[in-house]
Amino acid sequence: MRLLFLLIGLGLSFSSIARAADDITTFRLKNGMDAIVIEDHRAAVVTHMVWYRVGAADEEAGKSGIAHLLEHLMFKGTKNLESGEFSRVVSANGGSENAFTSFDYTGYFQRVASDRLELMMEMEADRMRGLILSEEDVTTERDVVLEERNSRTENNPGALFSEQRMASLYLNHPYGVPTIGWKHEIEQLNRKDALAFYQKYYAPNNAILIVAGDVDPKQVKKLARKYYGRLKASDGITERVRPSEPPQIAPRRLQYSDNRVSQPYVIRTYLAPERNPGNQKPAAALALLAELLGGDGLSSVLGRELQIKQKLALQVSAFYDGLSLDKSGFGLVVVPVEGVSLAEAEDAMDNAVAKFMKDGVDTDHLARLKAQIKASDIYARDSVQGLARRYGEALTSGLTVADVDAWSEILQAVTPDDIMAAAELVFDRRQSVTGWLMRDETEASQ
Amino acid sequence: MTRIFSVFLILIAFTLQAKAGLQIDEVTSPGGIKAWLVEEHSIPFIALEIRFKGGTSLDVEGKRGAIYMMSGLLEEGAGDLDAQGFQKARDTLAASFSFDAHGDSVTVSAKFLRENRGEALELLRKAIIKPRFDQVALDRVRAQMVSIIAGDQKDPQEIATEAFDQLAYGDHPYATSSTGTTESVNRFTREDIQEAHANSMARDQMFVSAVGDVSAEELGLILDELLGELPETGAPKPPRAEVKITGGITVIDFPSPQSVAIFGHEGIRRDDPDFFAAFVMNQVFGSSGFTSRLTLEVREKRGLTYGVYTYLGSYDLAELFQGSVASANDRIAEAVAVIQSEWVKLADQGVTQEELEAAKKFLTGAYPLRFDGNRRIASILANMQLDDLPISYIETRNDKVNAVTLEDVARVAKRLMKPEDLRIVVVGQPVGLASTD
Repeated sequence: MRLLFLLIGLGLSFSSIARAADDITTFRLKNGMDAIVIEDHRAAVVTHMVWYRVGAADEEAGKSGIAHLLEHLMFKGTKNLESGEFSRVVSANGGSENAFTSFDYTGYFQRVASDRLELMMEMEADRMRGLILSEEDVTTERDVVLEERNSRTENNPGALFSEQRMASLYLNHPYGVPTIGWKHEIEQLNRKDALAFYQKYYAPNNAILIVAGDVDPKQVKKLARKYYGRLKASDGITERVRPSEPPQIAPRRLQYSDNRVSQPYVIRTYLAPERNPGNQKPAAALALLAELLGGDGLSSVLGRELQIKQKLALQVSAFYDGLSLDKSGFGLVVVPVEGVSLAEAEDAMDNAVAKFMKDGVDTDHLARLKAQIKASDIYARDSVQGLARRYGEALTSGLTVADVDAWSEILQAVTPDDIMAAAELVFDRRQSVTGWLMRDETEASQ
Repeated sequence: MTRIFSVFLILIAFTLQAKAGLQIDEVTSPGGIKAWLVEEHSIPFIALEIRFKGGTSLDVEGKRGAIYMMSGLLEEGAGDLDAQGFQKARDTLAASFSFDAHGDSVTVSAKFLRENRGEALELLRKAIIKPRFDQVALDRVRAQMVSIIAGDQKDPQEIATEAFDQLAYGDHPYATSSTGTTESVNRFTREDIQEAHANSMARDQMFVSAVGDVSAEELGLILDELLGELPETGAPKPPRAEVKITGGITVIDFPSPQSVAIFGHEGIRRDDPDFFAAFVMNQVFGSSGFTSRLTLEVREKRGLTYGVYTYLGSYDLAELFQGSVASANDRIAEAVAVIQSEWVKLADQGVTQEELEAAKKFLTGAYPLRFDGNRRIASILANMQLDDLPISYIETRNDKVNAVTLEDVARVAKRLMKPEDLRIVVVGQPVGLASTD
């Protein structure tokens, strides 16, 4: 059954990582490039990834979208490869590839037969410092990105609403600016912007290599030295300090109506702490809180109360993603059934949360969640690419390999008191944005 | 944000991959149920996939959407457990089950730990054999479906797909959405859902695969317990659909900055001797990824779209050759014109030797790469059976790709690519495009 809507980070907020003692090797090259090797010898396949510790939240004001546009442009040429040749070579080797940009990172990967790893490393290292861009490359690709924005955002009222909500949640921090960029700013991006961003941030001392699959870590280290080891570090890499939030003292409310909306809903996001190196306990408590309140289906607090008992909601959800360099968000969603207004849905949501704050944690429920966390360690080992991605996200969010490995145990150690304390702190209405997505204005007065 | 979008399509079994030396056993249970098994004892869990051939094409006339709704109700109470009880039991075991209904199949995907496999399988058995379809659950899921249907009516991609299918399939079940209509869904009774269950989940429609920490002997016993009580026979297959599409442009007005287009015409049967040639041809022409002709012409050279692709829609009861593109309202006409001209070019000139070689290299090189996870492998093996492919297919598949010649592609391009039949359905407010009929 399709969900009525999807949110990034929904569901797997506590997904932890399996670590069988010896299948992970880490090292650092002399030029500062970090590397992680994850072994899985079930199939002769390897995933080769390079993650840069730079994302949309590192963009200069007024240049929103440049991190993402550059990600697209990385498939143009170098002095060794003509434009588009990178993809042709990957394809000729039976490989698949893609790249992704987020607030905190930009990543590139190829998935190939394990005997083609060296070729991938050679090409990825080549484009780390050797990108060549023409004016035409940039203007054409900018059009592609504008069409991407059309597909993802302009054609999607839920996405437009989400942008407005994020912009309100962050009064000062750049997480309030969409990753893909504001349309009017994308339209002005140029070759000079792209190259300046590239030269500053794309360098071994700002990158993490992750190789996962049927490989020998010693061999990977040798190849990494050979191809990445010869690259020059950038002297533009400094500590990632972004503009921070002032005290938030006023709750914000938004109403967005669009006649392309078919299903109204109410969503509230509270500013929330993220996972921090050596200090992940508050985040672990929030991850469990989200699962208790609105995790899988009908047995969650909101599901039981609003779907089963009161029959007010079609779907409920609570979400929290602690993998973030700076302050994250904790969210609650109620999708009301036909005939129930957004005001009623919001009241019911608040009452259910208030009741939870009074009643406390259902310990059987918590035990079920912990059993699932334990099992997720086992299931996670089935996808080595998924493991690779988890390490990449964590390391570009300021965490260490040790933090990633400790996460599962930290989750297991969370007590009901920890969860209630985390809830007390996070449910501060002054640090929140409540949004109503509506078909038309009249729904606000229903 | 990603560089290319992911394409979620009904994948044909042809893209299934194999790893040299992958040991697949055909297991037959004491009760006569067959399954394909790969033993993989390095991780203590089991991935199980079950397919029932037919899917939503088996909806009874006037009850479109019943099978889709039934699949959504399988986790909403079974045996002695109501919906909450069922979900609690599943979560306690840390098992995961998913049930879905597609145009040609109902699918069950399960993963569970070896240590509590007995309890997990008993729970899964209840869901498959003894779903309750309680009125309260029925009404809850009905409301969700009505919301999904309403959402589809305001989603340009869905509007275009539905319009295209209507033009292509006339009065066949394929012509309408698997989710049914608000009217049909609002009418369903508990008996309708029970009937959908009996029609679409029976032993003569069933294919099973398992990958993970389980032996052949254990699996044999599991199969009988889990599935032995299903009815012997389900509903008969509907007749084949006649593809009725004609060439032209259909514009559907929708207030949105970007137009979405679905285009195509009749395709090629999965068992056609030229199917492999067509598959290689499509790889050159419109496969997803960065190297296809359409991506180069529409996206890379002109920046007209984020994604353009085509695929062979070779279903059980009909075949289409179809594609999709999305461009701003004032640019979609140019994107469509480029696609039309590429259609003609391919029909007239086929592909070049260089393109042919590159496509073969990709297809044969990518072949073993997908066999890297229990769940993926289990899914691949189940889909192979659904498409009536033998286990030995894995060994011969790359040879079939390699055997495709330039002449084969030229012949199939001439036969398959019919510019005069190309129908383009555009949803949006396109500038410079109007309906032709």
